[in-house]
Amino acid sequence: MRYLEEYRDPDVAAGLLREIRRVVRSPWVIMEVCGGQTHSIVRYGIDRMLPEEIELVHGPGCPVCVTALETIDRAHAIAARPDVIFTSFGDMLRVPGSHGDLLSLRGRGADVRVVYSPLDAVGIARQNPDKNVVFLGIGFETTAPANAMALVQARRLRVANFSMLLSHVLVPPSIAAILQTRGNRVQAFLGPGHVCAVVGTREYEAIAARYGVPIVITGFEPVDLLEGILMAVRQLEAGRAEVENQYARTVTREGNTIAREIIAAVFEVTDRKWRGIGAIPKSGYKISYEFRDHDADRLFAVEEIATEEPAACISGMVLRGLKKPCDCPAFGKTCTPRTPLGATMVSAEGACAAYYQYGRSVPEEAAE
Amino acid sequence: MTALSERDGLPYASVRFGGVTRDVCLACQPDVVPGDFVLVHVGLAIAKIDRAQAETAWRVLEQLGQTAEVVGSPGEESEP
Repeated sequence: MRYLEEYRDPDVAAGLLREIRRVVRSPWVIMEVCGGQTHSIVRYGIDRMLPEEIELVHGPGCPVCVTALETIDRAHAIAARPDVIFTSFGDMLRVPGSHGDLLSLRGRGADVRVVYSPLDAVGIARQNPDKNVVFLGIGFETTAPANAMALVQARRLRVANFSMLLSHVLVPPSIAAILQTRGNRVQAFLGPGHVCAVVGTREYEAIAARYGVPIVITGFEPVDLLEGILMAVRQLEAGRAEVENQYARTVTREGNTIAREIIAAVFEVTDRKWRGIGAIPKSGYKISYEFRDHDADRLFAVEEIATEEPAACISGMVLRGLKKPCDCPAFGKTCTPRTPLGATMVSAEGACAAYYQYGRSVPEEAAE
Repeated sequence: MTALSERDGLPYASVRFGGVTRDVCLACQPDVVPGDFVLVHVGLAIAKIDRAQAETAWRVLEQLGQTAEVVGSPGEESEP
């Protein structure tokens, strides 16, 4: 096995679809949490193969999409400084802030660089001791170990000119927030496979019990997703609300204990504002006091920033599963990947970008 | 995953992603060996694929596909 191609096997997928059709009795709304899952679902048309009783809605699990506008504007102010080399992941640098995206600052002489890993940014700092190298560290729990490792490595190698502007978000509080939203329709979740590879599945057990909602930790290939949907439907039809693990080849209940220890040593849980959703208590990480010498938020004084979101953008509703991208009047017209109004149209994991990329410009009924 | 190495005090390995090979930090997966499959995120290996678990689970799925072929009615076929 190569643990990838097999999970696109059409015969196995067809078998799972038949089993889903056999099991389902009532209408159910299931949310896939991760942007990577959304892309796979839209790319392979999984949502359109399912029996009409099952509706998939797309979740908030696109880290670039939910990074607060204030953070991007703060990054903008830091990146514009002549003494700074500013680094982050490519998607993050293309997200529009109040004054354009971070890559656009290059045209005004700023040194803004795309890196593959935060550890690469530490390397850039070592090669440029006369500059302050700042990494914009965003992401869910999946990215947290690498960002934490970069800070540990900067301290260990005494790279004093490396700092991180951190805007981490956490999945479980966002699931709880969705379940508490007035008008919530989500009855089960396909949980985040890669996030749980790091942190394990324990935290989800409390959510499943408290809200009476099935959570199936699920992978990213078509067979993974169909099996996750089948497991969720079986629970819904049986009236069960448990955490089940479809992605057991990668995810254990405990997660990666070394990664969790590194995260705990470097970060602290904090309240966080999510773009399009708002503030969620205890839904993010901040850099701990012990690593304050590498905390860009402390090192660079940035004036209070007033932000403004485009009024036409409904990404907040999309991220909470209340709307689909093609419900937006701007979708595919004034808002495209070339001219994005919101982050969900920019990121490779954004639901709007997925709908645009795979030709979902109109709802299915209208397309038929 | 292929060759192991060390960089700035951290363990690294070469990892093939389809046709592309990248150096990946093993600080959070120090026990993996060449030939293992790992899950990599932004340059860090965050999980090792449990091959025994994957193969057991796959046999169940394969059987479901084959069984469904037999019991499913013609025209039901739908491929991803």
